Amino acid sequence: MIIDWAAFTPWKSLIGGLLIGLGAAVFVLFNGRVAGISGIVGGLLRPARGGMAWRIAFLAGLVAAPLAYGLAGALPPVRIDADGGTLIAAGLLVGFGSRYGSGCTSGHGVCGIARLSPRSMAATAAFMLSGFGTVYVLRHMM
Amino acid sequence: MQILMALLSGLLFGVGLIVSGMTDPAKVIGFLDIGGRWDPSLAFVMLGAIAAGFIGFRLARQREQSLLGEEMHLPTARRIDRRLILGAIVFGAGWGLAGFCPGPALASLLSAGIKPAIFTAAMLGGMAVFELIERLPQARR
Repeated sequence: MIIDWAAFTPWKSLIGGLLIGLGAAVFVLFNGRVAGISGIVGGLLRPARGGMAWRIAFLAGLVAAPLAYGLAGALPPVRIDADGGTLIAAGLLVGFGSRYGSGCTSGHGVCGIARLSPRSMAATAAFMLSGFGTVYVLRHMM
Repeated sequence: MQILMALLSGLLFGVGLIVSGMTDPAKVIGFLDIGGRWDPSLAFVMLGAIAAGFIGFRLARQREQSLLGEEMHLPTARRIDRRLILGAIVFGAGWGLAGFCPGPALASLLSAGIKPAIFTAAMLGGMAVFELIERLPQARR
């Protein structure tokens, strides 16, 4: 393993992480809900469950984030190497997997671990290992 | 008020994703590439997010109701089963493939051209497939 010191941004990432956690904390304290993005999006596909308004409001805030950030400064780059086909395959896997496994990086990785949930710790370990493995195969075996 | 706080929470969460580097798939893949030139930054995202979230959830657990008088909806599932692990493995494969997970994809929709929209549309498709399978009687648990 070689560490890419040129790309390493510990402070920005730590501060960004604190903001992510603050968003999740505000949401649970005021709205009593877990900021699991896949669960919030997935719930829109189950209209019978109700509670559309808060879902749409949270997601609107998320989608509007680059506009708010843009008021303060230039947006950081979004470098997407994947082509259309790869994006579709990745989206299908992410959409299905996050719902089947009851959460994604936010619901299990951030909120679940912050709640000290063993279930979320197991899920996070599984998706991290799977992500490491996928990138290893794509970058170093193909 | 409930709607306003949901909007604000989403905004904070999204700005955090942008500041941290999570909305840049090349950086995410740099973190997942432990066999190449590894960028450990995303571990610091987790650290910050979990630290702030830990305080929030600790305070939340002591409350019967939210600050706005809403019912607390905290997950109750505890079982580590095949479904959880299989789903996480499938999710992780998709995450590694393009470097996008659900939050960052949504927080890039207005700033990064068509690609986040293609990913998001496919993600909704994957979630719809899940809903269909869930509704099949034999798949129900």
